[in-house]
Amino acid sequence: MDAVDVAIIVGKVLAAFALWLVGTAMLIWGERRLVAKMQSRVGPNRLGPAGLFQTLADGAKLFFKEDITPRNVDRVVYVAAPFISAVVAILTFAVIPFGGTFSIGERVVTLQVWDPNVGLLWVLAMSSVGVYGIVLAGWSSGSKYPLLGGVRSTAQLISYELSLGLSLAAVFVFNGTLRSSEIVAAQSGRLFGVVPAWNVFPMVVAFVIAFVAVVAETQRPPFDLPEAEGELVAGFHTEYSGAKFAMFFLAEFMNVITVSAVLVTAFLGGPDGPLFGLDGTLAGALLGVVYFVLKVLAFIFVFIWLRATLPRARYDRLMSLGWKVMLPLSLAWVMAAGFAVVFRQEYQNIASLRGPLLILAGLSVLWLIAPVFSRRDGGDRPPDDTPDRAPADDDRVGV
Amino acid sequence: MLAEYLPLLVLFVLAAGFVGASMLLSARLGPSAPNPAKQAAYESGIIPEPEADVRGSRFPVKFYLVAMLFIIFDVEAVFIYPWAVTLRSLGWYGLAVMGVFVALLFETYYYILRRGGLEWD
Repeated sequence: MDAVDVAIIVGKVLAAFALWLVGTAMLIWGERRLVAKMQSRVGPNRLGPAGLFQTLADGAKLFFKEDITPRNVDRVVYVAAPFISAVVAILTFAVIPFGGTFSIGERVVTLQVWDPNVGLLWVLAMSSVGVYGIVLAGWSSGSKYPLLGGVRSTAQLISYELSLGLSLAAVFVFNGTLRSSEIVAAQSGRLFGVVPAWNVFPMVVAFVIAFVAVVAETQRPPFDLPEAEGELVAGFHTEYSGAKFAMFFLAEFMNVITVSAVLVTAFLGGPDGPLFGLDGTLAGALLGVVYFVLKVLAFIFVFIWLRATLPRARYDRLMSLGWKVMLPLSLAWVMAAGFAVVFRQEYQNIASLRGPLLILAGLSVLWLIAPVFSRRDGGDRPPDDTPDRAPADDDRVGV
Repeated sequence: MLAEYLPLLVLFVLAAGFVGASMLLSARLGPSAPNPAKQAAYESGIIPEPEADVRGSRFPVKFYLVAMLFIIFDVEAVFIYPWAVTLRSLGWYGLAVMGVFVALLFETYYYILRRGGLEWD
């Protein structure tokens, strides 16, 4: 490793950082404009062309606002919480491949900050650390609404993190690797010669679970319970102002971009797309960036669309969806993916057992999934009148 | 070996610098005119009562149960990741072993479900 390698690394880091920071600013502006259009309003349109610089102005304004520190706060933790949130949000995108590959002289440069063997596991790890920012903010504020908002957000985040982790695990099983560049590479090529070999087609159940899970993970509508204004004021960041509030805001919107990028990487082939013979050149790599950005934008559009369309979910239904439907379904899907992988590999050796095994597999999948559907009618009833819980209640009285 | 982590270090320094500088700068640039009402905990305009430490106050024990369940199933997920990578070399044996493990945990899950541990009262 010499100076040129270091320069390449610094260049890649700066490029990714700029892409994500500009993307966040554009997202906030784009969301306001788009939601305004969907609600027959105009939206921000004064600063710059079509109000493009509105986010910059808002950010600058927050810098010059009074940085209020309420009396009751635990000072160290109170300052650390927004720091953790924002830094973690920035670190998360390190493993996302956001463009193609090109060569400078002898060196092959991939547009990706960091490509470790743990790959997308880094994203899950960082989203777990991100929970600290929220729970510490809620706890250290020394105020009731932030405390309740903080524990609520935490419960929501960890509940959906399970489904997200397991649906990504199905992708890991299917592609046999955690490394994000190898997951992307496994998705190049064509299925049946026509459609792209993206994981979204064979792993469609995992994709749907992962999509719902990331909407809940980023606390976007209809799962924006933590900021249910009517009951919690603003949730865990109620007592924050100035740049500390701006950091939570930045983290929240940057996470929207990052999780979209994770979905694109795991299910939609990352920067994969027709390169028109430009493979290995700088233009080809930049074309990869264009494909990547377009795919991410498609997800972001759906996120904003959801916000304009759906009312907020009730908290017990949110938890019930996460624990009773998505968790067993994603677990069953991981096993189904595992079975598919082993079956495809050992296909030749078991020609005689093929029939019985298929039946067995079908039965076991049914057995795994059955409880989900048998409980489905229970979800909408008030929890009090479920008759099958009566013995359990008696037990509790006895204790 | 450690050089592999250099990009992450560079990104961390950049992130920490950006976030830290923003927070410091804002604390310096903004006006500072504290008064008792402004520094009180926000409770929609009414005087917060009791002023005692909210951090020691109570909140539903339900959240604790969620955290415990999360740990059980997250540890399970952690076992699945290395299995996902090595499944191709483990073959049927690996699938069967993980099947037993997942089935056992699923039994636990079913018990919790039937006992009403996932109901949100």
